[in-house]
Amino acid sequence: MQEVAIVGAAMVPFGRYPDQEAYQLGARAALDAMKDAGVGLNDIQIMSCGQLMATSGAGQRVLQQIGQTGIPVVNTANACATGSTALREGFMSIAAGMHDIALVVGQERMGTGLTYAGDESEGYVGSGTMPAVFAMAGMEHTSKYGTTIEQFAKVAVKAKKHAAGNPYAKYRDPVTLEEVLNSRMISYPNTQFMCCPNTDGAAALVLMSMEKARQYTTKPVRIAASVLTSDPWTERDLILVDVNTLTRNAAKEAYERAGIGPQDLSLVELHDCFATAELLHYDNLGLCGEGEAGRLIDDGETTIGGRIPVNASGGLLSKGHPLGATGVANVVEITWHLRGQAGARQVENAKVGLAHVIGIGSACTVHIMTN
Amino acid sequence: MTQQASQGDPAETGPRPIVPYLRLPDENGGDAYLVGKKCPECGAIYLDSRIGCAKCSFVGDLPEVRLGTEGSLHTWTIVHMSRPGVPVPFVAGIVDMKDGISVPANIEGVEPDPAKLKFGMPLRLVTDKAFTDAQGRDVIRYAFRPAG
Ligand SMILES: [Zn+2]
Repeated sequence: MQEVAIVGAAMVPFGRYPDQEAYQLGARAALDAMKDAGVGLNDIQIMSCGQLMATSGAGQRVLQQIGQTGIPVVNTANACATGSTALREGFMSIAAGMHDIALVVGQERMGTGLTYAGDESEGYVGSGTMPAVFAMAGMEHTSKYGTTIEQFAKVAVKAKKHAAGNPYAKYRDPVTLEEVLNSRMISYPNTQFMCCPNTDGAAALVLMSMEKARQYTTKPVRIAASVLTSDPWTERDLILVDVNTLTRNAAKEAYERAGIGPQDLSLVELHDCFATAELLHYDNLGLCGEGEAGRLIDDGETTIGGRIPVNASGGLLSKGHPLGATGVANVVEITWHLRGQAGARQVENAKVGLAHVIGIGSACTVHIMTN
Repeated sequence: MTQQASQGDPAETGPRPIVPYLRLPDENGGDAYLVGKKCPECGAIYLDSRIGCAKCSFVGDLPEVRLGTEGSLHTWTIVHMSRPGVPVPFVAGIVDMKDGISVPANIEGVEPDPAKLKFGMPLRLVTDKAFTDAQGRDVIRYAFRPAG
């Protein structure tokens, strides 16, 4: 396998873009990532593009905006892991030696309101809304480990504290624990501040073989592992979505491939679609001992300045979650930290970063990057 | 799991189940009950229509089994936002059935108050009318209430 490096990274600030199409947001991110890498479209040999809610040709539409060079385009749709699956496609094409320079784009425009399982049984035979599903997964954690509602709520306080330093996040105002707990209840224990908002956005990366990368930069960010898993059969998975097992499987494989352990990580961007989810993933990614996630947030270990900062970007709770863009954007964030370009939210002396995304139904990606 | 749910044959009248794995009393009476598809190889039970087993990769017919009425509360949430028109708040939960399968359900007969909900609390199956559909048919759902 060829070593794969990130040479260009960019995103458009997550927010609302009512007058632009998703592929136009993607095109802007792609142009910025290529500029960052010092390449043009004529240098790009393959493109992969993640957009979940697209008719067809999401990536081709990006090229129709900025230059049709006739390169192969792969489009991905893989739930919330749509963008990170596109990244894995680009990674594989270079790792396999098929190409030397790849463009990866993730893009999405979101609707408004609740994401729910829209059939007539909703609300009469339990609830399949995303806030409810992740609430039940969080309550399972309280049952097993004694995690408290306040500990879940602290995730939102931390997210907003971090987001204050991130101009790419839409919601940057600080909130107190009381404000989080007293905001509108969506699905107990997830209040409004504990649910990721709907935003539009796009992000892009330029990948190169390490050999090629050294012609363009003295600071290549190496992708040490790119792993994708789906649900193995587990006891209740088809009834209560199991977000844990496939994350654990992905993390284990990624650590093995990268030859590192969780103790080596400088920072983590993980899938905090809901505040309850974040604490589950502290356990799942091995950031703490089994069941110790609540203590980790209590002790401030996952706050910037702590032992293992999580979601220095402000996370999905502050950025929102444009499905196709999310998995590319969190690798962009890690890249900036590893280059020392993350501004006010910079994690000092960052050397190794992990990016995690999970999509229900199911797909989980873990990427590990080093500088 | 309700993609095969009958939305109502226009020729049919009378009550219909909200999900296909709920069976209503027929002309001979009796209680409503849940059914599952049980793998003859490993015993895993499923609520949906299938051609094989996700647990052990058995391929073939999974015979239908009648599920019991007893279960316990595995996890829960109190839902304040649902599909438009659904009364809120309500308690949604995952119920572990004694048969060895879990089912989603609303939990009735308990106030939607975190202090009143206990993990593992014993529950029993009940059925009632959820709503009347556009064709005027009563749509029947199952739920669980505290046992005893
Ligand atoms: Zn089986």
